[in-house]
Amino acid sequence: MRALLVALLLMAWVGPALADPPFDPKDPAMVRYQAGIKRSGYTFAEPETRAMQDDDFMNPAMLWVEKGEKLWSTAEGGTAKSCASCHGKAEDSMKGVGAHYPKFDKGAGKVINLEQRINICRVQAMAAPEWKYESEPLLAMTTYVKMQSRGVPVAVAIDGPAAPWFDAGQRFYFERRGLNDVACSHCHVDNWGRHIRTELLSQGMSNGFPSYRLKWQKLGSLHRRLAGCNEEIRAEPYPLGSFEYVALELYLAWRAQGLLVETPSVRK
Amino acid sequence: MPTPKVKFNETPAKGEIVEVKTMIDHDMESGQRKDAAGKVIARKIINTFTVTLNGKPLFSADLAPAISANPAVNFFFTATEGGTLDFTWIDDDGSRYGLSRAITVT
Repeated sequence: MRALLVALLLMAWVGPALADPPFDPKDPAMVRYQAGIKRSGYTFAEPETRAMQDDDFMNPAMLWVEKGEKLWSTAEGGTAKSCASCHGKAEDSMKGVGAHYPKFDKGAGKVINLEQRINICRVQAMAAPEWKYESEPLLAMTTYVKMQSRGVPVAVAIDGPAAPWFDAGQRFYFERRGLNDVACSHCHVDNWGRHIRTELLSQGMSNGFPSYRLKWQKLGSLHRRLAGCNEEIRAEPYPLGSFEYVALELYLAWRAQGLLVETPSVRK
Repeated sequence: MPTPKVKFNETPAKGEIVEVKTMIDHDMESGQRKDAAGKVIARKIINTFTVTLNGKPLFSADLAPAISANPAVNFFFTATEGGTLDFTWIDDDGSRYGLSRAITVT
């Protein structure tokens, strides 16, 4: 009896490790979610979550895409223009655009992300008020525009005028911060594929954002996720749309270079 | 105003099993969260979802507070007759969100 108990305990001890989502790098279905050693967050997601992303009807982020599509042709502001007045059909004019953001904007004199580009358009071309960061219309429009680049590899310019932002983003990434005294790199460079308690660490690739996060029960921007990361390591988050997060977004986009844009992705 | 959507094979063969996919854009506020001031946020969920074929009940579901936002309900039925599928989502505040689709059985 005792021997049986010991045997059972031993079996439990050496039994299968934590059940991670299945992932085989040679699986044809997984090839498009990798670029060399880089792996999209999709490959770290549970099969059920992947299935939600794969089916455009079941992907809840599509609700925001549909809102964005309506907003695209809604005239607003002093000039009574809509996005469509200048840019025509988003399917043509915005194809591949989102894959190159954040980028240096001559008019603004700084590196801006897609959200900020949309707001500059609203103020300058439409004479309409800016949308608040993380507001429903801005999320909807960003997702709609970024989705036109779905399947296009991420490619950002980090040289020339964008270089200072890239350097700042890189410094941020490797800098210890918060009460836990950890940097982004500790989880997402040194330990991806391992567990932090029950949590499987991904490579922290940004190619799927804006992303529907099941935990949030809604769609959210990359900056919201970054603020969440900072809170988890007990650091004070920066404001959404701040210099620090745009610089970090540029660095993250450079890290994800070669991976295909997956917007709108679904993550746990 | 939530915007429901549905998707299914609208021209199935007689006897074919049809999968109906539905989703509605809704917060499904559980009634168990508190706002920044500590006050309970009132419950507001889709509590009932019904589908009728030519006025006869085909499928119905009672939804509970633990069901996530933007509830997606998928179900199967055997195509026997054509007609109109009426989808109704009923909100806690009494609002009804509806959608009608024709189905032709060949």
